[in-house]
Amino acid sequence: MTALAGAPLLELAGLAVDFIDAGQTVQAVRDVGFTLPPGGRIALLGESGSGKSVSMLAVAGLLPDNARVRGTVRWPSLEAPPVLGRDIGVVFQDPMSSLNPVLTIGEQIAEVGMAHLGHDRATALRHARALLERVGIPLAERRLQAFAHELSGGQRQRVAIAMAIAAGPKLLIADEPTTALDTVVQAQIMALLDDLVRDAGMALLLVTHDIALAAQVADRGVVMRHGVVLECASMADIVTRPAHAYTQSLLAASLDIDRVVPPRPAPPAAPALLHARGLVKSYGQGAARETVLQGVGLELRAGETLALVGGSGCGKTTLARIVMRLIEADTGAVDFEGRDLLALRGEPLRLARRRFQMVFQDPLGALNPRASIGRLLSDPLRLHGLACDQDAVVGLLHRVGLDAGLVERRPHEISGGQRQRVNIARALATRPALLVLDEPVSSLDVGVRAQILALLRGIQQDSAIACLFISHDLAVVHAVADRVAVMEMGKIVETGPTQELIRNPQHAATRALLAAAPRLGTFFKEHSHG
Amino acid sequence: MWRRFRHSGAGVAGVLVLAPIVVLALLAPWLSPGDPQAMAGPPLLAPFQDAVFPLGTDRLGRNVLAALLHGASASLIVAAAAALGALFLGTVVGTVAGFVGGRTDEALMRLTETFQAVPGFILALALVSVLGPSLASVVLAIVLSSWTGPARVVRSEILSLRSRDFVDAYRVLGMRPLEIAFREVLPNALPPVVTLASVVVAAAILVEAALSFLGLGDPNRITWGRMIAEGRSVLRTAPYLSVIPGVAIILTVLAVNLIGEGVNEALAGKRAAA
Repeated sequence: MTALAGAPLLELAGLAVDFIDAGQTVQAVRDVGFTLPPGGRIALLGESGSGKSVSMLAVAGLLPDNARVRGTVRWPSLEAPPVLGRDIGVVFQDPMSSLNPVLTIGEQIAEVGMAHLGHDRATALRHARALLERVGIPLAERRLQAFAHELSGGQRQRVAIAMAIAAGPKLLIADEPTTALDTVVQAQIMALLDDLVRDAGMALLLVTHDIALAAQVADRGVVMRHGVVLECASMADIVTRPAHAYTQSLLAASLDIDRVVPPRPAPPAAPALLHARGLVKSYGQGAARETVLQGVGLELRAGETLALVGGSGCGKTTLARIVMRLIEADTGAVDFEGRDLLALRGEPLRLARRRFQMVFQDPLGALNPRASIGRLLSDPLRLHGLACDQDAVVGLLHRVGLDAGLVERRPHEISGGQRQRVNIARALATRPALLVLDEPVSSLDVGVRAQILALLRGIQQDSAIACLFISHDLAVVHAVADRVAVMEMGKIVETGPTQELIRNPQHAATRALLAAAPRLGTFFKEHSHG
Repeated sequence: MWRRFRHSGAGVAGVLVLAPIVVLALLAPWLSPGDPQAMAGPPLLAPFQDAVFPLGTDRLGRNVLAALLHGASASLIVAAAAALGALFLGTVVGTVAGFVGGRTDEALMRLTETFQAVPGFILALALVSVLGPSLASVVLAIVLSSWTGPARVVRSEILSLRSRDFVDAYRVLGMRPLEIAFREVLPNALPPVVTLASVVVAAAILVEAALSFLGLGDPNRITWGRMIAEGRSVLRTAPYLSVIPGVAIILTVLAVNLIGEGVNEALAGKRAAA
């Protein structure tokens, strides 16, 4: 396929997509247009509902049957309309659901070669092996025989990328390719995409809500909101001279490990509220036995916030669940408010739960889908014999910045940010002394994430609550934590005051987390010098 | 939910067929007062011959229309009671097995399989033979032969719900396990059970009819199954005696299944929209 010299790869003009559902027409995007040259890299930026994914699906020709598309999608440098899988490769957000669970990854990658490159089976498998090596999967020969569930999240996404580039597409579309991954893996995947696109001269269409991420790989950005394009400029301009107020707010909400955070007032010199010692936990038996926690200890004082940071699989969530008495430790001890927490059983444990509460990672999954917000918030009060009337529920809603009108709603009828506020309100209902937050913002959009972090800072200030804040991202915790404990492979490898730890990391794991943390600042510096 | 049900053709058709049957069954004591088993006229009068006996009379001169109306209430009461019992028992067993897990689950599931290993109708037949034919024993027999389906469906739903974060969230809040299982988790598991209910009701109607046909129904009540059984001996000369209650059974079972289809569509639509 010969490219016409100088012609753009993709020209999108006046794109409008409507969805027709039960006789009603919903406008998804209006008047979207941009031009992508061969080898160019465009980021579609915006929060959920902005229309960025719909625009991407229109380009890929993947819109569902009830979509009505107007406007033009042209491919001037291609002789024939592009074929998905051959001329356009797509990497989706969740590699677990985009890979076939019953085929080996070798067969899946080989399928692309056989369908689009006319390979026979043996050639296609050799090609698949080379691709796996190219995307940085060790022991490629053996991994060809593996199934998707046998790989880690990062490796699965690498396989999905290998499939997307298998036929040597002209355009690679990546839809939030790293949202499901922790920061260190996220940085590796973005570097890989950057490298692949550069090597092969592919064009890249990146769909993301994260400006810091887009700034790493894209050269142009298209900022979208409510289905319309607000701003279309070079990424350097978007980061350093945002034209639209909304872009500015997205930037302000973006995480940046270099951003100066007003120091938190030193927590009062209180006695230890939570003291965990020598916690060990393993799963499985015999040869498959895997020790997730290898003797972990930590101390938390009243009113203090300790961040527990580490990559996925480091054991941080297991530790939180032991402290919350959701699972039992093999050995070890936890003192909470001077009592042996792990020795509590039955009714005393049930009553003691009033003092330690938890906010879960998935705001929707943690709320009973059939319960109204009012019932969700009155449950904790009722269970511990506190006043659970309408006033108390409305008071809780106000505390987390929600309107009393939500009382009758169900979890699926409110937004993601509102859901996480409800989760926080529910955890605060019984006035606990300890709040464990397990990745409370990692599933949220940038803007919502910033609001929830601000809410948490407000709660820290208003009450003497102690927080154990679990995250994979140092940039998230550096605004809310007094101290940080870095975990790796079931051990705490480094702990220290937040600013000090960020300025002067000692352990390799801490340095890796720091290197992977999003930085708008370095981007700014590079571009203002260049 | 109701709006979507109204939009499903099958559900509406089912209601249109079942509603008159239910109304007629409820009004039976007024529409044809007196004992439907009493001899009322000449024997073996064909339908549409005499305005007093629009559907004719049977071998003993009993009014077929009266028997059909009273039989409707007996059949529907047995079927409804049996289905409710089976759904209740199945739901409780399934919820406990799925939520508690471990050995309790093992024990309850082996018990369920034991019941499933015996063909449902044979089990019902054996029970009624032992307990003696009465309304209560027929209901009990149908319950014990049809609770396993709902139990397995509920258990599998509960199993997939049990690992959701909201269950852990309730534990963290200090809610007791029984309350979490029955008040919070179970309602989420019910939609497929509601759909299954129509199958259980339809099966109950058929089992009841079959038991009555074999002479194992309550001897003091007229039911559709018994009407067919009594018409059997004159099938060649007076086929209408078997055909009329047979058609009633077919229409009722069909209507219940159509309603189940409509409910299923409505629930699926609701889930897709959510």
